[in-house]
Amino acid sequence: MRRLPLSFKIITIILVFYTLIAGLLIDVPALNILNETIRNLFFHVTSWFAMVFLFLASFVYSIKHLRSGSEIDDLIARLFVQVGMVFGTAGMVTGMLWANFTWGSYWVPDPKLNGAAVAMLAYLAYAVLRNSFQDTIQRGKVSAVYNIFAFVMMILFVFILPRMTDSLHPGNGGNPAFSGYDLDNTMRMVFYPASIGWIFLGLWITEVRFRMEMLKQRKK
Amino acid sequence: MKNLTAILLKEFKSDFRNPYVLGGAGLFLLSTLFVCYITVKRINTPSIWVALFWIIMLFTSFNAVAKSFMNESRARMLYLYTLTGPSIFIASKMIYHAIIMLILSTIAILVYTTFFKIEIGDHLMFYTSVFLGSTGLAIILSLLSTIASKAGNNLTLLAILGLPILLPLLMVTITLMKNAIDGIDLSVQYKYLFVLFGLNLSSLGLSVVLFPYLWRE
Repeated sequence: MRRLPLSFKIITIILVFYTLIAGLLIDVPALNILNETIRNLFFHVTSWFAMVFLFLASFVYSIKHLRSGSEIDDLIARLFVQVGMVFGTAGMVTGMLWANFTWGSYWVPDPKLNGAAVAMLAYLAYAVLRNSFQDTIQRGKVSAVYNIFAFVMMILFVFILPRMTDSLHPGNGGNPAFSGYDLDNTMRMVFYPASIGWIFLGLWITEVRFRMEMLKQRKK
Repeated sequence: MKNLTAILLKEFKSDFRNPYVLGGAGLFLLSTLFVCYITVKRINTPSIWVALFWIIMLFTSFNAVAKSFMNESRARMLYLYTLTGPSIFIASKMIYHAIIMLILSTIAILVYTTFFKIEIGDHLMFYTSVFLGSTGLAIILSLLSTIASKAGNNLTLLAILGLPILLPLLMVTITLMKNAIDGIDLSVQYKYLFVLFGLNLSSLGLSVVLFPYLWRE
């Protein structure tokens, strides 16, 4: 993993602070039921984007590891999963808070919620699997195989299955949504930078963790 | 192809000589069904009927598939690997597991429908869902039980790894089966059928591609 340039970090800081400030302050369209909670778009939806992106990166590094057998690729795949889990948790917590205000309950039986919960369980299982090995070479191979399998299933569960049934989520089954005619240009002005900002932040955290791990190994 | 059938034959022969493994899984299935019958007695809603059936099948499949890899000794596995190559080995294992699961699910569906009576709207789709669901369980668990057996052969790990991965399969199967009982038209059903079929096929493909990385140590 290459070191990220300073410009990347500055852009990340600007984007994240822009999201935090503008996300809470700009004018948003007043929609029924959603009201001010529509601002969650900048935090909840974008967290899931970042999570999926980080898991995708981990998937790619797992494939790389299977091809090359290098321990560094395995380490990077592991770190991407860990950081992805942080964003997944953030997405889940913001989603639950939002659900309590709009749906009246922290958890409802909705296909997207179930998909998200199951995806998190699969990646927790990945952590358990990793820890049950002593031998590093075997650990790398076996957990890479599981990671690839889990990612394919997660894509199916998070992206395909919810589209086959009605979801309570905005935009599905006639619920008021951010997308389409509702997502006006002021919201887009924050939504896209926010998505990029969280993804960049995830990459940055992963890079710092990577450098820490490398230093630890050198110390040994 | 010749290797594939040879391994398949070997699996069935060893099961024939040592019927406790399969007998154990079958007995597990029967006692679970009986426990459900005694405790639940009657099920009026199709959704609960279907859900209970697949929960029983899920745990039966864990038992049936996991045992198969645990019984192979390391030396014999290595011998088989060198004889045939990994792709053929995993393919024959998956076919073997699928056949076992089909036998078990046939028994299960016969006993289950006798215990809990229900009117089925669309018979063809109903049995298709049983068929695709149980082969799917067999295929996915074949790869996962190899993974679990590499990490020291424990059933807990297989359950942890398996449940989240199997859930998409179970959910589609359950929807398909419930719709079949309600007699819902094919124009709605075909997309579930399509996804279920694709799921089976893609996990089959993934297993054949990924297994070669697992087999050597």
